[in-house]
Amino acid sequence: MSEIISAKGLYKRFGNLVAVDRIDFSVKPGEFFGLLGPNGAGKTSTIRMISCVSPLSGGQLLVDGMDVTKQGRAIKALLGVVPQEENLDPDLSVAQNLAVFARYFDIPAPEARRRAEEVLDLFQLQDKHDEIVDNLSGGMKRRLIVARALINNPKILVLDEPTTGLDPQARHLVWQKLRLLKSQGITMLLTTHYMEEAAHLCDHLVVMHLGRILAQGTPQELIAEHVGRQVLEMRLTDGRREEAIDLVRRHDGVKLEDVEDVIYAFGASENWEQLMEELAPFGEGVRLRDATLEDVFLELTGRGLYE
Amino acid sequence: MSVMGVSYRSYRVWQRNRDVVLRLWFVELVPPIVGPLIMMSALGLGLGAFVELGGDQAYIAFLTPGILSIFPMLWAMFDCGWGAYGRMNMQGVYDAVIATPLNVEDVIAGEIFFGASRGALQAVHILIAASLFTPAYDILQSPLAVLAIPNAFLAGLIFGSLAMSFTSIAPSMSAYNFLFAFVINPLFWFGGAFYPLERLPDGLEILAHFLPITHIVQINRGLVEGDMHWSHLGNLAVALAFAAAFFALAILSMRRRLIK
Repeated sequence: MSEIISAKGLYKRFGNLVAVDRIDFSVKPGEFFGLLGPNGAGKTSTIRMISCVSPLSGGQLLVDGMDVTKQGRAIKALLGVVPQEENLDPDLSVAQNLAVFARYFDIPAPEARRRAEEVLDLFQLQDKHDEIVDNLSGGMKRRLIVARALINNPKILVLDEPTTGLDPQARHLVWQKLRLLKSQGITMLLTTHYMEEAAHLCDHLVVMHLGRILAQGTPQELIAEHVGRQVLEMRLTDGRREEAIDLVRRHDGVKLEDVEDVIYAFGASENWEQLMEELAPFGEGVRLRDATLEDVFLELTGRGLYE
Repeated sequence: MSVMGVSYRSYRVWQRNRDVVLRLWFVELVPPIVGPLIMMSALGLGLGAFVELGGDQAYIAFLTPGILSIFPMLWAMFDCGWGAYGRMNMQGVYDAVIATPLNVEDVIAGEIFFGASRGALQAVHILIAASLFTPAYDILQSPLAVLAIPNAFLAGLIFGSLAMSFTSIAPSMSAYNFLFAFVINPLFWFGGAFYPLERLPDGLEILAHFLPITHIVQINRGLVEGDMHWSHLGNLAVALAFAAAFFALAILSMRRRLIK
């Protein structure tokens, strides 16, 4: 099978609100697949349908060849789910959290204990074995949630904003572990609104906005295709702003995006050097830098300027 | 095999709750003996000294089958009411569990079974307490009294399901004030636990027969006094019907709340 997850016309509605608007995508085995988008884009609704906890309003969704509407239990047995909100069991210790969770998958106790030691080891939580969950730091709780999601040796790990709220050290540790798991062949499905995280981890990205897919590809492809290699960033006061915009608009193929008090200029084929010379009188407020996924995102979801 | 989507996996939720109780065994297993003991002493002996039942039965002996009914009811309702709300809305336990091969129906059924088990355990506590008073007051007159334990489980199914149904629509923890005032209170006082139902004014007496607790109390009275009638089969049938109806209601209503 060439696809481990395949969605066709996937549709989700809550009353009058369309959360996921007939999207198509597919995930290859072993891939690190990212759903990128702002809050409300439909990312979480999409993965809740993949995780078989939210029924489809329409379309078709297959996970490992099984239909989510018919074989929910069998699919859930293959998944490890890392939810957005911490939901460790506060009434149980670290080790008990893992043991009780393993039992939900019908894993026999001796094997569950062995798995628990393995994942605690992997996430450097061995010395927290008997600790009450509430006494763990935010970073440790996150690690434990990922460890818990691995207890059933999942084929697919579903990560819903796994590093939201973590400090940089804790985030990098989680990233490192996720890359390690990917190298072991686990398929990864990630949602995030951190562009940096998506760029760091994902092989294939889908950019979602208001329930639709705006673009997909590798991070490099997305950058090359939608914003080009470099981006012009202008932070100017009101009067000078219009002046600069007029100047930039004289160049063909440049697209302007106004985001709060910053104006971005994207344009794959533009000759930036000449433009920068013309903009020299504006001084510090204008700079040229390398394009990132964040720019792709602004380009795709922005309203555009004077179009 | 599954009924209404409930599978053997609901036992996994029961086991989870059991593990939590065992971890906190002292606070979970010791306090439940206190309430019944105080009630037996205060009402059974204290108030009982002023109660004339018209036979040679001591009031504490009349009261005990009532206690064997209302305390299991209370424990199941606390567990599937306040407790379930906390696990569902504050601790995220349900969200975590339904991401595994368990379904919403398994979770709710497991919770109710556990609430019912708490009720049964409470009956064990009460029987032990009652056996302490039995030499002096002839409370447990028949070995059939042991069957108060499964009857408490049945009571737990009824009232655990009822509380779970309330949990499925509770907007906040403070909403449980309604459960306490309008549901628990009448069940507690009007089910014939404290006095023979014939003593109630006619209207209230008829009303009392519509309360599920009344049937649990009547079965317990027969078991403890060793005085069973065919009418107890009727009580059992009514209690089973209440259990089935409330259980189905809890599952359906929780589906509505949790599956989005």
